[in-house]
Amino acid sequence: MTGTAASARPTGLGTLIIGNCQAGVQLASSLRELGDTDPIVLVGEEPHAPYQRPPLSKAFLKGEVTADSLTFRSHDFYRQHDIELVTRERIVSVSRTAAGGVAVAESRRRFAFARLALTTGAVPRQIPFDGSELEGVSYLRTATDAAQLAQGLAGARNLVVVGGGFIGLEVAAGARAGGTTVTVLEAAPRLVGRAVSEQTSEFYLQAHRRRGIRVVLNAQVVRFLGEHDRVTGVELGDGTVVPADVVLIGVGVIPRTELAEQLGLTLDNGIVVDGSARCSDGLTVAAGDCANLPNPSITPGGVARLRLESVQNAVEQAKIAAATLLGVAAEYSTVPWFWSDQADLKLQIAGLSGGHDEIVLRGDPDSEKFSVLYYRAGQLIAADCINKPLDFIAVRGALHHGQNVPADLAGDVSLPLKKLVSAVAALAGK
Amino acid sequence: MPSVTYISASGSETAVAGFAGDSVMETAVRNGVPGIVAECGGSLSCATCHVFVCADSDFAAMLELEDDMLDGTAIDREANSRLSCQLKLGDADIRVTTPETQV
Repeated sequence: MTGTAASARPTGLGTLIIGNCQAGVQLASSLRELGDTDPIVLVGEEPHAPYQRPPLSKAFLKGEVTADSLTFRSHDFYRQHDIELVTRERIVSVSRTAAGGVAVAESRRRFAFARLALTTGAVPRQIPFDGSELEGVSYLRTATDAAQLAQGLAGARNLVVVGGGFIGLEVAAGARAGGTTVTVLEAAPRLVGRAVSEQTSEFYLQAHRRRGIRVVLNAQVVRFLGEHDRVTGVELGDGTVVPADVVLIGVGVIPRTELAEQLGLTLDNGIVVDGSARCSDGLTVAAGDCANLPNPSITPGGVARLRLESVQNAVEQAKIAAATLLGVAAEYSTVPWFWSDQADLKLQIAGLSGGHDEIVLRGDPDSEKFSVLYYRAGQLIAADCINKPLDFIAVRGALHHGQNVPADLAGDVSLPLKKLVSAVAALAGK
Repeated sequence: MPSVTYISASGSETAVAGFAGDSVMETAVRNGVPGIVAECGGSLSCATCHVFVCADSDFAAMLELEDDMLDGTAIDREANSRLSCQLKLGDADIRVTTPETQV
């Protein structure tokens, strides 16, 4: 859909949103909800209307959902809300003044704007090993990537996943449940090291091994081997070769900042924004995976800024960015949260655990139902909840309301967290 | 096609045409119906698609996980609370009420 009908009207009066993604579609929707009647153009390079990415590494690979069912909004929605959705156009240059500017696509199509939002997202980090170009070596970010991976996995006997992060483990767990032989190669000494504590990492190591996945920690990938241009194995630093019909590389993402750089915006692991999603020029807004924002944690401590790669963050920042574009005051205030479904293991994370000085284990990891609660100076700041939705719900609620659960009671599984939160809140008069 | 009517907490109604097999949540989100957030896209992870169903609706019974998640909705659950991602449309028209807030 390229919305040519709308191009007859005057341009340069409205908002241009670059990036057809969760943040982009939310930003457009929020502008309309806030009463904006100016033109809105949402442009991106993918062939699809904006869709959900999280299921791509889970239900989509198992064939439980189709690409069509992942679409956020119907075409009727865009028409009814007068949002011009432009697909298959990659913006390659952009310039602006305080009054507005113009973005130009690879096709040379021009998009004039008064207001500009960058929801450019991120791309998988590439690793430049020999053999990366072999057929069967894949990355996973887009619906197109996922369709290719699903096709490869359909007949595969041996999957090798490079990178023991969420995406890699979700794909590994799904493929293993389907009977594929799976090896996960992680360069670090533990799994998901960037997002969870050592306790949670150790749990995932054991849980995936119990399910028959071979996990190699401290793994040093040397190169990918192939025959007839197709991958056949992965060579490790110790000389061993792990057989592979399909290799998935999931070693993190890099924020897309090329356009922000052209605009002279401040960059630092993404596009630097303030709590109102405003970039350093004070005019452009940015939201989602591409944006580096002030730490939204309510408690002091932890890092000053960070980039969050999550649905919740994309949605929340996009809403704030829309308000900011319309001159409505808005500040990031929701509790960050994340989820990862790995086969029958449901991980829900509430809050940001960075800077914790105490950990409370709630439940027995061997039961595959437990939570890890993180504290800083006696205040609950985050939790990893594995197959414990009630704990997650209680912690997310407590963090949202600035409440606490005493660390000395939190480990007692006979006391529901929700009750502990309310009891403490009642005592504190909150 | 079944018609789905979403009644906001303030009483305003939005009716949209749904498709049998789609969920009440998906139908709302695709049409931009306010009042249903659904951050997790229907994977029973967020409890932000809470609705109150009308008495005569005939949906499949809830799973334990849905029951658990309903304890954490932003507006407290009631006897007719459901997570709309778990409500699949059949041929019948349905009506649901959305809570004041989801987060």
